[in-house]
Amino acid sequence: MTPRDWRIFVITALFIGFFPWVVQPVKAISHYVDVMVFAGIFTIVCLGISLLMGYAGQISMAQAAFFGIGAYTSGILTARFGLNPWAAMPAGALLAALVAWVVGIPALRLKGHYLAMATLGFGVIVHIVLSEEVAWTGGPSGMVDIPGLQVVGLKLKSELGWYYLVWTVVFLVLLFCFHILHSRVGRALRAIHEEESAAEAMGVPTARYKVQVFVLSAVLASLAGSFYTHYVTCLNPSSFNLMWSIRFILMVMVGGMQSLWGALLGTVLMTFVGNEWLHVFADFEVLVYGAILLLVALFLPKGLVSLVPRRAAARSI
Amino acid sequence: MDSFTFGAALLQYTISGLTIGVIYALVAIGYNIIYNVTEIINFAQGEFVMLGGLFAVFFTQTIQLPVSAAFFAAVIVTGCVGFAMERLVIRRARSSTVLSLIIITIAVSILLKGSAMFWWGKNPYSLPAFSSGRPFIIAGAAVQRQAIWIFAVSALVVICLTFFFRRSAYGKAMLASADNPSAARMVGIPVRQMILLSFTLSAAIGAAAGVSITPISLMEYDRGALLGLKGFGAAVLGGLGQFFGALVAGMVLGLAESFCAGYLSSGYKDAVALVLLLLALFFKPEGLFGSREAAKLKKF
Amino acid sequence: MEEISKSPAVPILELREVQMQFGGVTALRGISYGIPSGIIQAVIGPNGAGKTTLFHCVSGLLSPTSGEILFRGRPIGGLLPHRIAELGISRTFQHVALFKSMTVFENVMLGRHPRTRSGFWATGLRFPSMRREERRIAQEAMYYLDFVGLADEAELPAGALPLGKQKILEIARALATEPSLVLLDEPAGGLNMRETEELGDLIRRISETGTTVALVEHDMNLVMEISHRVLVIHYGEHLATGTPDEIKDHPAVIEAYLGEG
Ligand SMILES: Nc1ncnc2c1ncn2[C@@H]1O[C@H](COP(=O)(O)OP(=O)(O)O)[C@@H](O)[C@H]1O
Ligand SMILES: [Mg+2]
Repeated sequence: MTPRDWRIFVITALFIGFFPWVVQPVKAISHYVDVMVFAGIFTIVCLGISLLMGYAGQISMAQAAFFGIGAYTSGILTARFGLNPWAAMPAGALLAALVAWVVGIPALRLKGHYLAMATLGFGVIVHIVLSEEVAWTGGPSGMVDIPGLQVVGLKLKSELGWYYLVWTVVFLVLLFCFHILHSRVGRALRAIHEEESAAEAMGVPTARYKVQVFVLSAVLASLAGSFYTHYVTCLNPSSFNLMWSIRFILMVMVGGMQSLWGALLGTVLMTFVGNEWLHVFADFEVLVYGAILLLVALFLPKGLVSLVPRRAAARSI
Repeated sequence: MDSFTFGAALLQYTISGLTIGVIYALVAIGYNIIYNVTEIINFAQGEFVMLGGLFAVFFTQTIQLPVSAAFFAAVIVTGCVGFAMERLVIRRARSSTVLSLIIITIAVSILLKGSAMFWWGKNPYSLPAFSSGRPFIIAGAAVQRQAIWIFAVSALVVICLTFFFRRSAYGKAMLASADNPSAARMVGIPVRQMILLSFTLSAAIGAAAGVSITPISLMEYDRGALLGLKGFGAAVLGGLGQFFGALVAGMVLGLAESFCAGYLSSGYKDAVALVLLLLALFFKPEGLFGSREAAKLKKF
Repeated sequence: MEEISKSPAVPILELREVQMQFGGVTALRGISYGIPSGIIQAVIGPNGAGKTTLFHCVSGLLSPTSGEILFRGRPIGGLLPHRIAELGISRTFQHVALFKSMTVFENVMLGRHPRTRSGFWATGLRFPSMRREERRIAQEAMYYLDFVGLADEAELPAGALPLGKQKILEIARALATEPSLVLLDEPAGGLNMRETEELGDLIRRISETGTTVALVEHDMNLVMEISHRVLVIHYGEHLATGTPDEIKDHPAVIEAYLGEG
């Protein structure tokens, strides 16, 4: 990480640390802590998307499916088999990794529109399976009574506990991603994005890296899905459909695909927009989403971080 | 079910498979037209089908037009939507990256779907068949009259397109700009207009498919995505850009889906076409009828 | 460093009947040739002769339709490009293929890829081995930037360099993979006279480090001045070979070039 990244890191961490202290006493916004728990969970997904799409340039419309694989694996293993949630979490991640690997090897030979369609099709298939395997997943009506999380023997009851747990994970994942980016692996990923055959000719095994970063993004989405399950303690396939994949991408795009800070900013912003301010539109929320998506893609394709003065931006990754 | 012999059931599934397959083929042809000229895969293609059906509902029920007039009205209005999409959105995205382009057409599809929900609500609508009357019974299987219409409409579309691309100056110009845009521009073909035309035409064809299928399977605001995906499956399976490939592949998909619904599980019938789509993309992205060499020369 | 023999009897790269077809177009019609180790080998021929295609075949970006390519006696036809890079062949591109939004420094650091090993876990968790490796990558990248004379531009985005320097940067990136054979595809294209002269010096210095250089070039002065041997291809066929002086007066070569103009 560059010194500038460290500065932003410290400032963000301080902000996140003190945020509940500020909003909780104010009744009207005390539930912002709850919104921020969701924002944190989504950020974990979106950091993966930033690596995969923003840096490595590989499109995936299936991130909600991996989110769902983690969520349902956790839900099923804990609610139906009584497994400890902390043990179910890696199981979900493993399954997501396996699925991503099997799908990724053939899929990532495709590029552009084809890759988008392939991942989109895969995401829809996962959604169909979640809706159809009623015996396991509860079908369209979903699952309820999924156990919550326990941390060192204590049941994690308060939103505040969840808040600090989730955001600690977010910052760990953030560090992990930053370290990857500022290394030979990160350079290889960006090289694949910019000039794939040149990268290949300079000794970068592009196929392997693409699959690996796809698997990493799937694992992150799956982890986030597990946290989500234990936080809301009920599941419904509609949280894992194509629209959610698009929402995740929109979050990253709003902040800026090619910046981890952008992914974080966009996710928090769009989670607030989605959870807080779009409710007035009820069913027509989706229209607003479409409009934001279109406007961002047309007029701000590099996201909010591209509005940061150029000199500063050029120095960070 | 008792009076249904195995043979009759098989025939029945075949007929309904072919019927829906022809619809997928029309959607696929819509993809092909835009792809041929722009190399864009229009993720909003399925929404044109949905709009066609719902506009036809509007014209028959609200305006009280006869069904035949409603058909053409719906096709024209949806064509205008395609026109507007190119004019207002795609044209602004000329220098966008592939990712942005994908997001843009997805955003348009969300907007179309959302608007449809706004106007028509979430309920499915039906449309009277193009001609009334009892189904024909052939060897114990019922063939709805509308199914005949669907085949007729598709045949008409294919014949018209063939003439259009082979004979008319516009069609030839479109093929030329698809083949080599800069060369086409140099010989004075207005490539921008060709792109505009491709979106309009492809929306109109999607709408024709949508109006035709609505009397059989109803239509609602959120049907576009799946129809679009399956149509794309047909387009890939048939070899992107190839009309007759799309026709055959559409029917293959329709049959696979219909047999799955009949013999395996109706819940997974939507997954069948998607699995075939993935298999085609993964193992034969040049399509059943395309050669690997030819596919390599394309940009993908 | 291993002993480099300059005797033509030990080719570092051997082409045997290499053929490349694109659909109906045959770009290479069975080229056979051996590049002696340690020399500067020029490859010339009119536009469309198949020179770039030949480099694509050797570097693995294309796999030849038929024929064999041997690198230090080992067949490499059909290997993936990154394997070939690991074995010790690197290249530049006729149309500059830099990672434009990465810095000059990062471009050269990427060239160290085949000689380093940290993966996702090691880098994500910052293992000590990975940190040592990163420090080494930075030092070595700086060495190559110094070698080609771009150290001052290290922190600029590669896309911001003028074309001449981009071509030089591509060479630095290629050298950073520690190739024993480097393929330069029209490195002087777009360069002015002074830059071309400096390029000639640079190529000589590369050759002096023991790296074999294969050079596709249209600038005949440069070719005549620095290359030890010349291979002429024409319509995908091996037309002539020899020293620059022999080639200059070769009737078939003169005909090929005059016929084109
Ligand atoms: N990917 C390709 N597809 C089809 N034809 C190609 C391709 N690459 C090169 N060619 C053809 O092969 C021939 C040789 O091209 P090239 O190797 O680029 O020539 P040179 O580098 O000598 O100018 C040309 O006729 C060119 O049109
Ligand atoms: Mg060339």
